[in-house]
Amino acid sequence: MSGGVVIAGAGQGGFQVAASLRSEGYDGSITLIGDEPSLPYHRPPLSKGFMARKQDAEATDLRPDSFYREQRIELLTGERIIWIDASNRRALLATGGQVSYQHLVLAAGARNRLLPVPGARLGGVCYLRTRNQAMKIRGRLGDARSVIIIGGGFIGLELAAVASSLGKHVLVVECGERLMSRVVAPIISDFYRELHCAHGVIFKFGVKTEYIAGRGDKVSAVVLNDGTSHPADLVLVGIGVVPNTELAETCDLRVADGIVVDQHMRTANPDVYAIGDCALHPNRFSGGTVRIESVQNAVDQARCVAAGIVGRPYGYQAVPWFWTDQFDIKFQMVGLSQGCDRAVTRGIPESRMFSVLYFKRQRLVAIDSVNRPSDHMAGRKLLACGTPLTPEQATDTSVDLKSLVA
Amino acid sequence: MSLFKRTPKPTVTVTYVSASGNKREVAVPVGTSVMEGAISNGVDGIIAECSGACMCATCHVYVDDAFLDRLEPIAETEEEMLSSAFAERKPNSRLGCQIRVTANLNGLMVTTPEAQQ
Repeated sequence: MSGGVVIAGAGQGGFQVAASLRSEGYDGSITLIGDEPSLPYHRPPLSKGFMARKQDAEATDLRPDSFYREQRIELLTGERIIWIDASNRRALLATGGQVSYQHLVLAAGARNRLLPVPGARLGGVCYLRTRNQAMKIRGRLGDARSVIIIGGGFIGLELAAVASSLGKHVLVVECGERLMSRVVAPIISDFYRELHCAHGVIFKFGVKTEYIAGRGDKVSAVVLNDGTSHPADLVLVGIGVVPNTELAETCDLRVADGIVVDQHMRTANPDVYAIGDCALHPNRFSGGTVRIESVQNAVDQARCVAAGIVGRPYGYQAVPWFWTDQFDIKFQMVGLSQGCDRAVTRGIPESRMFSVLYFKRQRLVAIDSVNRPSDHMAGRKLLACGTPLTPEQATDTSVDLKSLVA
Repeated sequence: MSLFKRTPKPTVTVTYVSASGNKREVAVPVGTSVMEGAISNGVDGIIAECSGACMCATCHVYVDDAFLDRLEPIAETEEEMLSSAFAERKPNSRLGCQIRVTANLNGLMVTTPEAQQ
């Protein structure tokens, strides 16, 4: 094999690079390398519809296998690049072969942060990232009665919602003082705590896991650092991810909290790009560099790289957006709220339809919307255009946000 | 060995028409969505970036008028996403991910817009 584009990682971002290269008219060879056994698939449903058995595995495939043939995308599944020889533009594969490249895209993703406590390796302790892990959890959920979820972030809460909807006894353990605290305002954390409580989910805040008790393939309890012990037959851990940067280190690329890239998603080596969960990139909405774990980020950065490779480069400046579905509530986020100095509420939380608008030095930086998709969609445009908006306009529900977009 | 034969899922025929008039007839399993039918059969013109979460409006389709009143009504979320969709919102606009295929939709025809984003 020689030349062309080699993509390390066949998740949403890696897939999109391949697809966008073809739709941009790229005619060279494309090799898409993923370490999972299956076709590339959508991850978001794994903790939502797929987990609730509303979707089967095939329905989460990004495209059928015919797509890769027709688009002349060579898909290597169950394969991994283990070393990059940048001076010779070739990558060594785990199974022993090698591929040479003209452009290499690192779409290596991230891996789950592991719980560093005794018992964390017991069979009944599960993490969620891959479809195989999701299938395992789905199987175990069937027999489980008591589920303990460690981590009150998006993954933990989506799993809590599914498990409690299936009639399980669910306890969520969060070491911080509120839910999704890294990204949302307290009013939204409170709303979600109440929503879950109304469905019977129990929370423990400000505590850490001391150890997990059990034997072999079975867990029996989670013991917390306040001395309490909680029976469980399934423990699900969602405490964040660590970017996969090791591959970049094999060819001495700069790595911080992610692989360092410029606004074209290019590393210091002009032949090598990085995108998605593993890429620490300059972002106009963060005012610095940031690593973002989202479908939108992976897909839009993939498009940016594909455009660059075919000779139509542009600086990455897509508006970040994200969503989570828990019970019957649609929560949509746009922009980056970190570092905001003011948050105002639009609508009434009790009505289960409200948004929080975040400001930094009197500029709108993000909108989180609970069942208010019009605010979300208006937010995408307001943020993309940098349209000025005052907190007073933001809280006035008689002001149609969309009408403010120039 | 009929014991081990899998019962095929019931399907209905959905015709996807591209903006330039190319037609693709696809057997879509009952219970799945018009978007899923397109993606799993490699029909061009539907992107489905968000995998059916009603979040991206890239599975926008125009539904043949004869079938419009057989569809479930448009939910508010879908309405809002449609109003922000890339292609023009028309009276027969729907998001493919929000149309669940049922037996009485056999023969459904949908047209995809020129571009989804």
